[in-house]
Amino acid sequence: MDIPKAKLLDLHERMVRIRVFEEEAGKLMESARIPGALHLYVGEEAVASGVMCNLTDEDQITSTHRGHGHLVAKGGDFKKMYAELFGRATGYCNGKGGSMHISDMDLGMLGANGIVSAGPPIAMGAAFADKYKENGSVAVAFFGDGASNEGAFHEAANMAATWKLPLILLCENNGYGEFTPQARHQAVKDVADRAIGYGMPGAVVDGMDAIAVYEAAGEAIARARRGEGPTLLECKTYRFYDHVGIRGMGVSYRTDDEVLEWRKRDPIQLLEQRLTEAGVATTAELAAVHERTRAEALDAIKFAEESPFPEPDELLRDVYYVKA
Amino acid sequence: MSTATGTRTIPYIAACTEALRQLLREDPDVFLAGEDVAGYGSVFGYTRGLLKEFGPKRVFDTPISEEGIVGLGVGSAACGLRPIIDIMFMDFIGECMDEIVNQMAKMRYMFGGKAKLPVTVCTMAGAGINLAAQHSQSLESWLCHVPGLKVVMPATAYDAKGLLIAAVHDDNPVFVIFNKRMLGVMGEVPEEMYEVPLGQARIARAGTNFTIVATGRMLPEAMEAADTLASGGLDVEVIDPRTLQPFDTETVVNSVKKTHRALVVHEAVRFGGLGAEIAAQLQEEAFDYLDAPIGRVGAPFSPVPFSPALEKLYVPDAAKITAEVQRIVGKAG
Ligand SMILES: Cc1ncc(C[n+]2csc(CCOP(=O)(O)OP(=O)(O)O)c2C)c(N)n1
Ligand SMILES: [Mg+2]
Repeated sequence: MDIPKAKLLDLHERMVRIRVFEEEAGKLMESARIPGALHLYVGEEAVASGVMCNLTDEDQITSTHRGHGHLVAKGGDFKKMYAELFGRATGYCNGKGGSMHISDMDLGMLGANGIVSAGPPIAMGAAFADKYKENGSVAVAFFGDGASNEGAFHEAANMAATWKLPLILLCENNGYGEFTPQARHQAVKDVADRAIGYGMPGAVVDGMDAIAVYEAAGEAIARARRGEGPTLLECKTYRFYDHVGIRGMGVSYRTDDEVLEWRKRDPIQLLEQRLTEAGVATTAELAAVHERTRAEALDAIKFAEESPFPEPDELLRDVYYVKA
Repeated sequence: MSTATGTRTIPYIAACTEALRQLLREDPDVFLAGEDVAGYGSVFGYTRGLLKEFGPKRVFDTPISEEGIVGLGVGSAACGLRPIIDIMFMDFIGECMDEIVNQMAKMRYMFGGKAKLPVTVCTMAGAGINLAAQHSQSLESWLCHVPGLKVVMPATAYDAKGLLIAAVHDDNPVFVIFNKRMLGVMGEVPEEMYEVPLGQARIARAGTNFTIVATGRMLPEAMEAADTLASGGLDVEVIDPRTLQPFDTETVVNSVKKTHRALVVHEAVRFGGLGAEIAAQLQEEAFDYLDAPIGRVGAPFSPVPFSPALEKLYVPDAAKITAEVQRIVGKAG
């Protein structure tokens, strides 16, 4: 591993932050302390973290309905995130967006999205702006295996390749679109194969291996920054929880064995094993990251729950931009 | 049509499932397709059990490709099948508006009447359960504006079954807009197949001195408002249009000729909503009978907010309807 120690620890911390945020969020949903539905990112932490370790706040991302992990990895503030899930005025979107629209424009996080595959065209537009302004930034569109079947993805891919935009199309292939397994929603095994149809490189990455994601994304992002155009990266990953919430609706569509097999390759445990074996960190040091993150999360939840709801006049505010 | 013997009280959602089952049994050219409608039985559960009974040729999951899914409905209907297409949330029609507006709606007309498109699209509208701006909309007026489409909005379990059956039997494209908050509402539903005729409104409550026209989930809210108003001496007639396109102007006009005052209520945004059309028709056809301006209750001009504190202000309810009726009555002097 020739990755600097600080980077590896950063990678680890981002993953732990996602895991802890999501575990606590899942509990909040299932105990009905927060309204609405959450799509949790647990199991897929290596993907968002591996990518985000290569980005700065000047780079943009678009996210999905499963968006908390992307925002956490990009540096999202737990307090504002939980407050948004609680629908409070102190949340990222003043309580008006909720889980599926959580965003932070200052961090270049152009929103979770309730519309599957809405992200790639927006990220393509962001990449266009980066190229137009010659600012050296890149955009990353996260989207699922299911989302790769929407026309929106294909149009964005073609435009980005044609115009050599600094865009990374980052497919998080967790094997299912909702409850439909990949083999029943597309005839290709590797979404990355679709890259050739648009004239851009495509690669499959082990999405449970944070270092592999970090390196593959690093290469694609460097290429985009050099002005050589987009890349389609497909990270094979798995969601440990149900499509919505932790246990979901209790309808079975995948086997317990399958879940257990994937859980054996828990991305956080895999990374921790490598970090301790390589002497980058001790088990105790890594455990401390979990502990302090948990404390931060609980503190943020308290903040969120004690925050006020938005005032009624918030209802009609920001439908349009109004000159100050 | 209905026999007393075969009638049970079942939830709206079960009425939908029963209609689909009977339609699939009745006609081998009927098939059901959509995202997670087969294996999972739809995220709302209303297609559960159908894959098991009819097999994967007739009940199947599609990729997440709404434009493709509606295209599947258009093309296969044009070639002799009778597709039932599910678009999970009404908000997602944004993904497939070309197939709907420029293909499905116009093909027959553009081809000089040579094409027939017996395709039904089922979808789920409605706010009020904290699903935020992209999973809560009521966009029916988009569809009603397009010549060539029919649009129904069942507000009872009985109508959910009867309108769905009539929609599928109809040889035109029909949108059946369910409401996610009505799925559990119980109602009397005959066991056998029956149609609720398209284009016919229902007088849900007869009254003599005020007319409320309420669509979809606003029907129970309007009924509640009518009860409240009754204790104040107002005898409200409540009309459920059931079909929004073609609209049953006659029933509404006849009611207003009798009551002289009217309020239109829908869950959709008020501006440009169906209420505007209904109010315009009423003033065209019953102007001389009106004692007060026609009122409209709808959602404010904003996206649906996530926060429960705001969403409860957003979705029209019985209290808002009652207040608006009282305002109109006050105006009438
Ligand atoms: C346009 C659109 N169609 C359908 C849905 C409903 N839906 C929400 S998530 C989802 C599955 C998405 O699958 P994938 O892209 O693989 O992401 P994953 O949930 O696996 O992370 C579907 C069908 C939606 N939100 N938007
Ligand atoms: Mg997926």
